[in-house]
Amino acid sequence: MDHGEKRLMDKNQESLFVRLIPFFERYGILLLILIMIAVLHLLQPDVFLSWRNVTNIFKQVSWQSMLALGVFMVIVTAGIDLSVGSIIMLSLMGLAIASKAGMPWYVVMLVAPAIGFLCGMFNGIGITLLRMPHPFIMTLGTLYIFRGIGNLISGGVPITGFAEQIRVIGNGKIKLDVIFGEGAREYIPTSLILMIVIFFIFWIFLNHTRIGKWIYAIGGNPGAARAAGINVDRILIIVYTLCGFLAGIGGLILAGRTNSAYPNAGLQSELDAIAAVIIGGASFFGGRGTVLGVFAGVMIMGILRNGLNLMNVSVFWQQVLIGSIIILAVYIDVLRRQLATRT
Amino acid sequence: MSDNLVLEAKSVSKFFGTITALQNVDLHLNKGEVLGVVGDNGAGKSTLMKVLSGLYKPSEGSLFFDKEKVTLNSPRDSQNLGLEMVYQDLALAGNLPIGDNIFLGREPTRKVGPFNFLDHKKRKQLTEEHLAKLKINVKSADQKVEELSGGQRQAVAIARATAFNAKIVLMDEPTAALAVKEVGKVLDLILNLKKLGVSVIVISHRMDDIFTVCDRVMALFQGTNFAESELKNTSRDEVIGWIMGKKD
Repeated sequence: MDHGEKRLMDKNQESLFVRLIPFFERYGILLLILIMIAVLHLLQPDVFLSWRNVTNIFKQVSWQSMLALGVFMVIVTAGIDLSVGSIIMLSLMGLAIASKAGMPWYVVMLVAPAIGFLCGMFNGIGITLLRMPHPFIMTLGTLYIFRGIGNLISGGVPITGFAEQIRVIGNGKIKLDVIFGEGAREYIPTSLILMIVIFFIFWIFLNHTRIGKWIYAIGGNPGAARAAGINVDRILIIVYTLCGFLAGIGGLILAGRTNSAYPNAGLQSELDAIAAVIIGGASFFGGRGTVLGVFAGVMIMGILRNGLNLMNVSVFWQQVLIGSIIILAVYIDVLRRQLATRT
Repeated sequence: MSDNLVLEAKSVSKFFGTITALQNVDLHLNKGEVLGVVGDNGAGKSTLMKVLSGLYKPSEGSLFFDKEKVTLNSPRDSQNLGLEMVYQDLALAGNLPIGDNIFLGREPTRKVGPFNFLDHKKRKQLTEEHLAKLKINVKSADQKVEELSGGQRQAVAIARATAFNAKIVLMDEPTAALAVKEVGKVLDLILNLKKLGVSVIVISHRMDDIFTVCDRVMALFQGTNFAESELKNTSRDEVIGWIMGKKD
């Protein structure tokens, strides 16, 4: 084979590779999840894919996924919300206090999302109307404020024991007797259903409504959004409010899971949420990312933690690994973009 | 003056504190006419455009759309009267496809029960029709704007300005940021708008632009009307002289 022929072949292979880029861009992350599942299944064949372990993963990620979804929308606008971990704690404390005060369960259940909603709105108003130079500063402030208030109203001690109805969201089980026969132990966690429903609603919201489109436009070029007559401040307040609301739902799920409100609830979970969003392929500079990507990012974090726990890998190594994956994921993104923009 | 008058400014002045940006400036524009506005930096061209589009309120003087006196409180008001501005920084969102940019803020929707959802099909169809009408060639209406060349972006910005049957389009330096080979396409696009009956005001430093597309040219100098002529009655050298404040 002479050189000319060889070059031609290289060119063909290259163009196949280039043609595969959009495919990997869209589905690469799902491929990564499948690989992780396959590897963990090979390493832990009896445990990893057992019904019990899989439902366990979903129960664990369900409350974290609410934070990630909210932070994702904020990051699409080129903003950041550092306060979601504190919002989840404050809404959990509010729920616990309402529960201890003897309010009916259906009121108690509304308390957590309502507190989240108000906290998020407070962030949004601060960022827009008070003209804070960057959302980082406003939400760094409220990260301290919300957790401080949570400890003030609870006295800094855990509050435990909620009514069964309240716990349904985070701890409920949908029995599968119909499929597996009477008395079967297989079930679907309520929180998984809730997570799927909420992700679907927000997928519709971001991709099929005008406000969703405007959220992406603001992340791409806020000046263009303003010139198009979009009230950017109003949209930002909506985004931060929804982010807080989702954190409040996370608080409700967590209340069911732990049956307790405790001072360290959600501590540093804002960083996990940001990590999941970034691993899921959203751009930190705004305008880019998908709801499916966030779901994948959350699942990767959840599967990784679960797998490493099953293999008795120390928490310290888990931290090192997750940190490395964030950097690797963003580096792959950098490479991909170089390929995409080459001429 | 002709019956085709679509836009007129009468003795418009604009002051910023002690600075006089415009002093008793007159401007008129006919249907399907391309008017070139020239002048040195600081001559008041951009200020005049911002007054016409409603971004600035004139300190003195008045504006007439279709011979009716109007007060513009925001660019929305001038848009409602059929005037669109193509911004120098283009005001496009690079992360969104062409169609999304053209219809940003005015997306076609369809009702499903009590909810309004984006009508992706209709937007795509309207985008393709509009691009075809303006003879703008792109690979696909779904291409992201950040993947386009400078000239294509300028074309999208102009398409955006004219998507809702604009009668008047203002363009601030439409060719300033373009590669030489792309300038021609944008100028063709302006001539196309003229054929479609749209009136255009073009601000430009480039004599080639002015003498390719304009019917008439007016020069501002230090915030005042300096000279004006039908294009056929003047020359490049004369217009360049006006920019520098020289008149025979």
